[in-house]
Amino acid sequence: MKLWRKPLDAEQKKPPHGIVHILIERCKGCGFCITFCPKQVLEASTDFNRRGYHPPIVKYPERCVDCGLCTAICAEFAIWTTPDQESEKVMTGGTGEEQ
Amino acid sequence: MSEATVNIAGLEQHPLDDLLRVDRIPHIWCPTCGLGIVLNSFLTAVRESAIPRQDLVVVSGIGCTGRAAGYVNLDSFHTTHGRAIPFAIGLKLGNPQLKVVIISGDGDLVSIGGNHLIHAARRNMDLTVICVNNFNYAMTGGQFGPTTPQGAKLTTAPYGSFEHPFNIPFLVDSCGATYVARWTVLHVRQMTQAFKEALMHSGFSFVEVISPCPTVYGRRNQLGSGLEIVKYYKERSVVRNDIDTRECEITYQGPIVVGRFVQKQKPTYLEIMNQFLRTTVGEKFVPYQGPMEDGD
Amino acid sequence: MLTGAHFLDGDHACAEGAIAAGCRFFAGYPITPSTEIAERIAQRFPMVGGTFIQMEDELASIAAVLGAAWAGTKAMTVTSGPGFSLMQENIGLGVMTETPCVVVNVQRGGPSTGLPTLTGQQDMMQARWGSHGDYEIIALAPASPQECFDLTITCFNFAEQFRVPVLFMMDECVGHMTEKVVIPEPDKIRLVPRRWYRGPREQYRPFKPEEDGVPAMVRAGKDYRIHITGLTHDERGYPVINAECQNWCVTHLVEKIRKNREKIVIVDEYQLNDAEVVVVAYGISARVAFKAIEDARARGVKVGMLRLITVWPFPESKIKQLAKRVKAFVMPEINLGQVYLELQRVVGGWAQTRHVPHCGGWVHDPKDIFEAIMESAR
Repeated sequence: MKLWRKPLDAEQKKPPHGIVHILIERCKGCGFCITFCPKQVLEASTDFNRRGYHPPIVKYPERCVDCGLCTAICAEFAIWTTPDQESEKVMTGGTGEEQ
Repeated sequence: MSEATVNIAGLEQHPLDDLLRVDRIPHIWCPTCGLGIVLNSFLTAVRESAIPRQDLVVVSGIGCTGRAAGYVNLDSFHTTHGRAIPFAIGLKLGNPQLKVVIISGDGDLVSIGGNHLIHAARRNMDLTVICVNNFNYAMTGGQFGPTTPQGAKLTTAPYGSFEHPFNIPFLVDSCGATYVARWTVLHVRQMTQAFKEALMHSGFSFVEVISPCPTVYGRRNQLGSGLEIVKYYKERSVVRNDIDTRECEITYQGPIVVGRFVQKQKPTYLEIMNQFLRTTVGEKFVPYQGPMEDGD
Repeated sequence: MLTGAHFLDGDHACAEGAIAAGCRFFAGYPITPSTEIAERIAQRFPMVGGTFIQMEDELASIAAVLGAAWAGTKAMTVTSGPGFSLMQENIGLGVMTETPCVVVNVQRGGPSTGLPTLTGQQDMMQARWGSHGDYEIIALAPASPQECFDLTITCFNFAEQFRVPVLFMMDECVGHMTEKVVIPEPDKIRLVPRRWYRGPREQYRPFKPEEDGVPAMVRAGKDYRIHITGLTHDERGYPVINAECQNWCVTHLVEKIRKNREKIVIVDEYQLNDAEVVVVAYGISARVAFKAIEDARARGVKVGMLRLITVWPFPESKIKQLAKRVKAFVMPEINLGQVYLELQRVVGGWAQTRHVPHCGGWVHDPKDIFEAIMESAR
């Protein structure tokens, strides 16, 4: 979302940051997490897991906002996010550009 | 900037792992099948609903969806084709404290199990039914069924199915179900919310979930990959809460009406039974005492 | 419980037997000639703390009975021939999941709709093999309303003792016959309790046989997190789809009954000590055969009766014993030879076997049995 000015409370209101956890051996390569992540955090790996699928890798870990969609949409219970308590991310326009 | 964590299985635990039989993961469902997502949603709803875990029982029938009972780390029963609902009724009446959930497929619940479905809805049995609708009999290789939209090609309808399918929400609504909802598998948050509402609902609650079956239904109709099918279902969905269930028909690759259609409170079977017997039998009435205890 | 002496018909006595045995869940569908059992239970259960439900069909009835058993209660259903056929799939599920329950079949003339109001004994082989697959099952046959009461209790006891569905093969004649039935004091009735597992969850195996071949049971709702499936499964109850597990699973189901045969087989011996001809019969045919035996004895023929109370598992060792010393077996059945096939097989040529068939709709004329006895004695 492109904002035309910086919100007045941008310092107080910070979007959450999430840490992505992936159990690569459980993944069956369906691609749902990669496709539906609203922040395009994930990408298909070029490596294979033991079963021959390409599990996701976290391409842009700083973009993750712990929305939980990948957690909810994974049919294999292979990916989930946890909140990252210590991050210092300031809200800007666009997708995850650091201030 | 934090690093993401990538783990080999075993070093970390998925938040729902304690509700899963992890010794049976990975499950048998195909990649891009919607059933894993339904299971995920269901277990999330279980966790969030705070129903005592020991009271929760899952009963399933035969079919791909029927395998769900084998993956939940709860008391679970994988019964015969179409008979999950009466089995569940036996469980519920045998121990009214149990919260019994039936997770089964469209063929199991609406075809061979159709009779039991309508009677359970009629009686407003305090059960929760999750019907995963993938429009065919997938486990046996893709035969058509009473939910297959007209025109779809399947192995026992090689020229296309010409039968008019059920409008399942209308069916159960007309029989007396008191909570009826439908979502597609991609509506994860709404689906989880619907499961929660259905679990907390007292009476016959029914949630239909439209799920992709790329390996069988999709392949036999050249609908593309699972990702394409599921995106298509989501795009074609129209949210219409509280709509008349007559409007919920699904045509082949047509719009899919989703939402919570029915939510009302009516006395459940057990409430009616106990009150009625108390009134008619009078002082001699002895209510059911519950299951045998360990000493009996 | 209605302690005392009553004048009841077999159906009503069976209902009272169930109540006396502690059955508190009934799911059924009306079918002549078993409807009276359901009716009496519908009337009595609300007064003894039982739950009665009339389901939409027999398939739902037996499924509900299995569910209630797993909820932790003693459960029963009743039916006749056509309903018995419908129930077979789930009886198989009950056998496979080792669910204790009782299924009563008040037999009538068949096949198909047959003779709804008239007697038959034509489901006996179906009782043994009705469901698909290899399995063993227990089936009892009463010959009087008193036995309808007593043996219903025995059925529940066997169900709990061996964790298996037990079939109570009544017939319409015994079901609709009114005789004196004495119901004893509750403390005089021996009930076998369910074998509950009491240990920790991690060590529980729902299908692990104990010493006598029978696994301990739990009920849903105790946080044991059991998984029960009709698929071929291992001790944990998890489906394992291969020949090895099938071998383990099915052998266990079959051996459970075969190894405990002596505890299950109940027979009634009548004048067998000096018998040269033995009448083997069960149910109403046995009552009729007594007259034939009386007449034959009056003519000097040394004849006795081995009345089968347990029909399945078939009382093989008793028959084999007798076969070595008697001349002939005569078996009247109200069918064209069902349990008779077993008799023939077990006697194995050591003695003559003669059957007295009857197509159903009425009982034998004692004369027919008498003539068969006289022929055999020659």
